[in-house]
Amino acid sequence: MFFQDLSGAHSSVEPATPQAGRIANLWWVMFYVSVAVLALVTAALIYAVFRRRSAREQTAPVDLSPNTNRERKATRAAAVALAVTIAILFVLLGLSFTTGRAVSFLSNESPLEIKAVGHRWWWEFQYVDPVPSRGFITANELRLPQGRQIVLTLTSNDVIHSFWAPNLMGKKDLIPGQESRLIFRPEKQGVFRGQCAEFCGFQHAQMGFLVLVESDGDFSDWYNHESQQAVQPSNDSEKRGRQVFLSSTCVMCHTIGGTPANSNIGPPLTHLASRTSIAAATLTNSRENLAKWVTDSQKIKPGNRMPPNVLGPENLDDLLNYLTSLK
Amino acid sequence: MINERSKPGKAHIETATLDVERDRAELERSWETRPGFIGWLTTTNHKSIAIRYIVTAFIFFLFGGILAALMRIQLARPRSEFLGPDAYDQVFTVHGSTMMFLFAVPIMTALGLYFVPLMVGTRNVAFPKLNAFGYYVYLTGGILLYLGLLSNTGPDTGWFSYVPLSGPDFAPGKRVDIWAQMITFTEIAALVAAVEIIVTAFKMRAPGMSLNRIPLFVWAMVVTAFMIIFAMPAIMLASSMLATDRLTGVSTHFFNPAEGGDALLWQHLFWFFGHPEVYIIFIPGTGIVSTLIVTFARRIAFGYTALVLSLISTGFIGFGLWVHHMFATPLPQLGQSFFTGASIMIAIPSGVQIFCWIATLWLGKRLELKTPLLFVLGFVFTFVIGGLTGVMLGSAPLDLQVHDTFFVVAHLHYVLIGGAIFPLFGALYYWFPKWTGRLMNERLGKLNFWLMLIGFHLTFFPMHQLGIQGMPRRVYTYLPETGWGALNLLASIGAAVLTAGVIAFLINVFWSRRHGAPAGDNPWNSDTLEWATSSPPPSYNFLYIPTVRNRYPVWTVEPDTPVVAGLRTDVREALVTHTITAAPDHRYELPNSSIWPLVLAAATAVTFIGVIFTAWAIPIGAALTFIALVGWFWPNSEPAALEAERHRSLPTGDGLSLEQQT
Repeated sequence: MFFQDLSGAHSSVEPATPQAGRIANLWWVMFYVSVAVLALVTAALIYAVFRRRSAREQTAPVDLSPNTNRERKATRAAAVALAVTIAILFVLLGLSFTTGRAVSFLSNESPLEIKAVGHRWWWEFQYVDPVPSRGFITANELRLPQGRQIVLTLTSNDVIHSFWAPNLMGKKDLIPGQESRLIFRPEKQGVFRGQCAEFCGFQHAQMGFLVLVESDGDFSDWYNHESQQAVQPSNDSEKRGRQVFLSSTCVMCHTIGGTPANSNIGPPLTHLASRTSIAAATLTNSRENLAKWVTDSQKIKPGNRMPPNVLGPENLDDLLNYLTSLK
Repeated sequence: MINERSKPGKAHIETATLDVERDRAELERSWETRPGFIGWLTTTNHKSIAIRYIVTAFIFFLFGGILAALMRIQLARPRSEFLGPDAYDQVFTVHGSTMMFLFAVPIMTALGLYFVPLMVGTRNVAFPKLNAFGYYVYLTGGILLYLGLLSNTGPDTGWFSYVPLSGPDFAPGKRVDIWAQMITFTEIAALVAAVEIIVTAFKMRAPGMSLNRIPLFVWAMVVTAFMIIFAMPAIMLASSMLATDRLTGVSTHFFNPAEGGDALLWQHLFWFFGHPEVYIIFIPGTGIVSTLIVTFARRIAFGYTALVLSLISTGFIGFGLWVHHMFATPLPQLGQSFFTGASIMIAIPSGVQIFCWIATLWLGKRLELKTPLLFVLGFVFTFVIGGLTGVMLGSAPLDLQVHDTFFVVAHLHYVLIGGAIFPLFGALYYWFPKWTGRLMNERLGKLNFWLMLIGFHLTFFPMHQLGIQGMPRRVYTYLPETGWGALNLLASIGAAVLTAGVIAFLINVFWSRRHGAPAGDNPWNSDTLEWATSSPPPSYNFLYIPTVRNRYPVWTVEPDTPVVAGLRTDVREALVTHTITAAPDHRYELPNSSIWPLVLAAATAVTFIGVIFTAWAIPIGAALTFIALVGWFWPNSEPAALEAERHRSLPTGDGLSLEQQT
């Protein structure tokens, strides 16, 4: 499964977009310049400390009127060092400015527009379609077609969050009452991980999301499927499961398309079973994990807003059957 | 109170015989602090108050360090259950708030409160009662924060307390109110210290110490004090607005977008203070470094003027960087570029200082690698790394990747531990003999230094990589699959080594206080005036106010160097001189011990703590404050005998004379 090892899936220096690539290049330039500067300064410092002193230099207790010739030389050396410093800083400033422009402008082609809304502690992704009825909302998993320009509009319903998927682009804050925008074009297929980067309370640490970059075909299939309402229960157990869902507190926070459940305090579950993870990219989406999460999510993510649910074993079984059927 | 006014101008120098024994006895009597607990509460001696500040701030440093250790235990492995999110959020918030507000700023200003009067050659700070008030206010703020933490009411929204997370809707209870009021307490104390330092350094310098002869440490403290005066009001305003937003029945909605407020307003106000704050902590460190380097290189500072101008320009540019904490918010790209420019530009004065320090060491005499100097060298290396990562953070596009990640955690600790704590420890080793009369142990000192240096880099260097690999800040845990486990474990091991270094320091302090080698007046052969008096200095600092002919008064003292005579010894009197030339201007009577600073601080405490619960605390507090101020300003009646004495001991002419000691 995807949860084996994610160490390269959230790295600023393994870019999957030209935008993240520009920033990674800037990083490497600054990194090597910094290494060089540090090496020079440290060498000068070590030499200054351990320089062999002549006997005459050591005798006088303090030096109140130093040798003017040496002072003049030292002044010249310091001036050169300062000039080099200023030159380096101007080059870095120029690079920084051009990189900033390059990563914040749209190209002419029509982008895929997605709206991201931050919630404590999950991600709402609204796919805006020119045909309104085909638009849909999903949670914690962003699927993107390879090679298409993406415009993410970001806002929040509660506190400030920050959208950060390092392989795709730098972060942007989701601020209540304001909209911000991220632009990037994924050019590598794969699974990438992102995480909230602005402290937002108890479960800030585990407010993750996954970005799945797919081929155009796979993406359209998924898109068309997501536009549909939830599948109908196919057997009695699933029917009872739906009844459990609709008659318990679940319905007060979640949406399942095509049922009366229509609230967005928690993530929408219309196509829950087609997602690879649950609990904001914290657990693999398995029946076992779902059971643990539904009964006592506070044990897994203390402070999150989902209450523990006391369900009889049969009811739980039916509910899980229903939820896992929501492909 | 001003006793005498004299025309500014050239003071005349006379030769006279001074009755040293009589003057000393009288000074002892008029400057003595009452013994016992009452004396402790009423003292206005800048040295007692500064030492209290330093000890208190260091205790808060240890508390903050314990909190840091708890965090490193929690993060040592993924999915640890040592601390839950509720505890972790309180711990990291109180750690940051402690280190910034209760440790770093107070301990640096405290060094200024102790040494600025000594270095400029005067008897006390300009407003001794206000100084005492500042300490009590600071102490109350610190106790308030820790009472909160111990009663599970510790603030939990970060030391930056971003709204709306810290607003009434998302942070119910009193946790954030305690944070907001702690800010108000400590910033009042900082403003008080800043006023003391500026007036003392500008108006109370020894004759001859013109602006271009002020010791570099004093310059650093003056620049810091001006920065405090411009930066701290922004945060006090913001924290008070937050408090009124949160206060039931007042609910001002300054920061509530749903009612026409603005969430980003908080960030502007906070960082307008928050970025200069970094320089408020760092600039005193540079003052320490300049002082120690001159002493150990045994030569004059290379580029004195360049060093001073660098400090001043850092002070100015430091106010133009705050938006680089907000590059991830939707601000226009061109606007961000200006802040990138300013952020990168501030590297220039820092570079100038580093080049001047290296040149001073290079051209100096053979260096004895004593502990204070080791800390200075550790500072240069560490701070250069922090400065370079600072340039990266200043770059708007690169910042989008590293902002709010462990890369920033690494950077800020390189700048603050490297830039301030290493110099501070160097300063504590350097000035310990001045405070106690005894040198600290060198072997323990070296052990202390190496443990701290290695522990520090082990802890914080891996965090750069963690940030680049996607680990955000302020997370109480992380998943095993993230691949962050190994580097976090390394960081936690480093933290243990760092802790051992601090323990070595504590052992050294307690051992050396009793058993350290006796230091004498000037153990390091230093050049500034605090070494021209005994160790520890008498309550009146100097028997006679010294005069100064160049930047290095102690190195150039001669038997016929004049001293100031004619100041009264039977009351607490100090000499006021001209701001630019330091020519004697007039005499100034400083207040005696007083209980009123404590009373006023208590009234302030009632107001600020009360306002957490009810708006009625404001009128009640105002009435109490009024009463305390009446007591504070109530004139002292002077006995007739003393009045007669006043006329007898007054010299003729402009009331002052510079006399050659014979």
